[in-house]
Amino acid sequence: MSAISIIARLTFREAIRRRIMLAGLVLGVAFVILFSIGTHFIFGDIAKDTAANMPSQMAADILIAESTNTFMMMGLYAATFLSIAMAALLGADTLAGEINSGTIQTIATKPIRRADVVLGKWLGFAELLGLYVLLLCGGIVLSTFIQSGQLPENLLIGLGLIYMESLLIMTITLMLSSAFPALATGGIVFGLYGLAFIGGWVEQFGGLLQNDTAIKVGIITSLVIPSESLWRRAAFEMQTPLTGTFGSPFTTTSVPSSLMMAYAFLYLIVILFLAVHIFQARDL
Amino acid sequence: MTDAIDAHLLRKVFGDYAAVKGLTLQVKQGEVFGFLGPNGAGKTTSMKMLLGLIAPTSGEAALLGKPIGNREVMSRVGFLPEHFRFQEWLAADEFLLLHGQLLGMKKEDLEQRRAELLERVGLTPFRNKHLRTFSKGMLQRVGLAQALLNRPALVFLDEPTSGLDPVGRRLVRDVIREVRAQGTSVFLNSHLLSEIEVTCDRVAFIQHGEVVRVLEMASLSNDQTSVTIRVSNLAAESLNGLSQWGREIQIDGEFLHMIVPSDTVLPEVTRYLVSQKAEVYSITPNRMSLEDIFIETVGKDGGL
Repeated sequence: MSAISIIARLTFREAIRRRIMLAGLVLGVAFVILFSIGTHFIFGDIAKDTAANMPSQMAADILIAESTNTFMMMGLYAATFLSIAMAALLGADTLAGEINSGTIQTIATKPIRRADVVLGKWLGFAELLGLYVLLLCGGIVLSTFIQSGQLPENLLIGLGLIYMESLLIMTITLMLSSAFPALATGGIVFGLYGLAFIGGWVEQFGGLLQNDTAIKVGIITSLVIPSESLWRRAAFEMQTPLTGTFGSPFTTTSVPSSLMMAYAFLYLIVILFLAVHIFQARDL
Repeated sequence: MTDAIDAHLLRKVFGDYAAVKGLTLQVKQGEVFGFLGPNGAGKTTSMKMLLGLIAPTSGEAALLGKPIGNREVMSRVGFLPEHFRFQEWLAADEFLLLHGQLLGMKKEDLEQRRAELLERVGLTPFRNKHLRTFSKGMLQRVGLAQALLNRPALVFLDEPTSGLDPVGRRLVRDVIREVRAQGTSVFLNSHLLSEIEVTCDRVAFIQHGEVVRVLEMASLSNDQTSVTIRVSNLAAESLNGLSQWGREIQIDGEFLHMIVPSDTVLPEVTRYLVSQKAEVYSITPNRMSLEDIFIETVGKDGGL
């Protein structure tokens, strides 16, 4: 067994043993259940209302489809936020905590490369996040499908992008954790996330109001931290075309380009490389 | 034979503070080497540099003939850090399994070795208990087992007896003797001078990040021995005659104290006393203690 996979398994097991995953799973399941109960009543009301008020069956069908999609996107937005929080929580204490406590010393003096430690942890967290995103987002999509028979467009691309966003946040956290204490790491990550969130909003309004400067501000923010642009692209992939014309944080009016997606991917790789480099260079 | 450790002018500077000024020392294969010094002398930093945890600012060192940080060498090195901390959510046996896997040990060998070492440090009944439930002494024991998993050619022990009761300390001492008998070199960092005194072949005194003195422990018992002789019926003129073998002769009731250059003169001293019709009850050589030498070397202020 390679050193990377030993560390990955250790990381996975630690999250399970320390009940971090359990807490996440319980909350995740509660979240999906709550979403299902809420949408169950909302979808029922919408169906009744539209049947009474719409001039034709076709118009009613469109409205129902649109509102179902909007609620699903709201659910996915919340699920994405929870996945990001999980990504930051998993990563913040890992290297920083083990350096601080000295746990890392017996690991780092084994005949393995320091890169194996970082990459192993990354892999372990990536597996955990994969399961978590699948549970939350899969739960939302499945719940919507069971209730309405609707599946979003480009489901796999959309979920893939949401997963990539959580990976990106986890990688940034891991990188910061190799240089800073846990609390500082958590603070910086949520600060960056906030920055991306505001930048995303500015770009959204820019899109709605056709304001080029606002769009540029958004793009520059996305270059600094491309997490929000991944969500917005995911939303664009999964929303119905009509939903996209309304501005809301859950949907997208200004669509991040494929180039931006490629940039986000490259960004992730560079940050991971940086994490390895910082950890290799530092005193333990 | 290559040295187990060969360090040449290792230096570590944190900001504008030189934690280790220039460490030069050689540890032979198969010897137990004690590393002594007052608090803040740079002992742990030195050890971490040798283990590749801290990058030296300058200087070089080799473990088992290879430059520090060599991965092949690290598979033959063991390490028990000070204030030993670990994955407390693992059971003792799982903990050893993890570290054995990281050492790249074969499954069967590792299985046998885990059982062997758990037995040796007295933790077999606790093998499936989580480390978070362990006392400080038990953690120290499982940490020691961890350091010996790969039958290391060189093992670093940083304060291995801190937090241990007398039984635990005896265990560590015995284990050090056992691994030495198997040819393992031991680099021992300890504050407990009595510990060092009974286990080490050589000691280095480090102060302000430099080795200020290296001492063969065997030489301690030979030169500069103070002797206490319990004797009665000793005439005052006979006392003067003793000065040919030693100095600082003092008499304190039945007890006669003197310092002799070597314990090889003791039989002659005995014959002399008997010939002077004195009654000799006992002769006790007192080795000059390591503590005396420690204070003499680093000063009473501990080099602050």
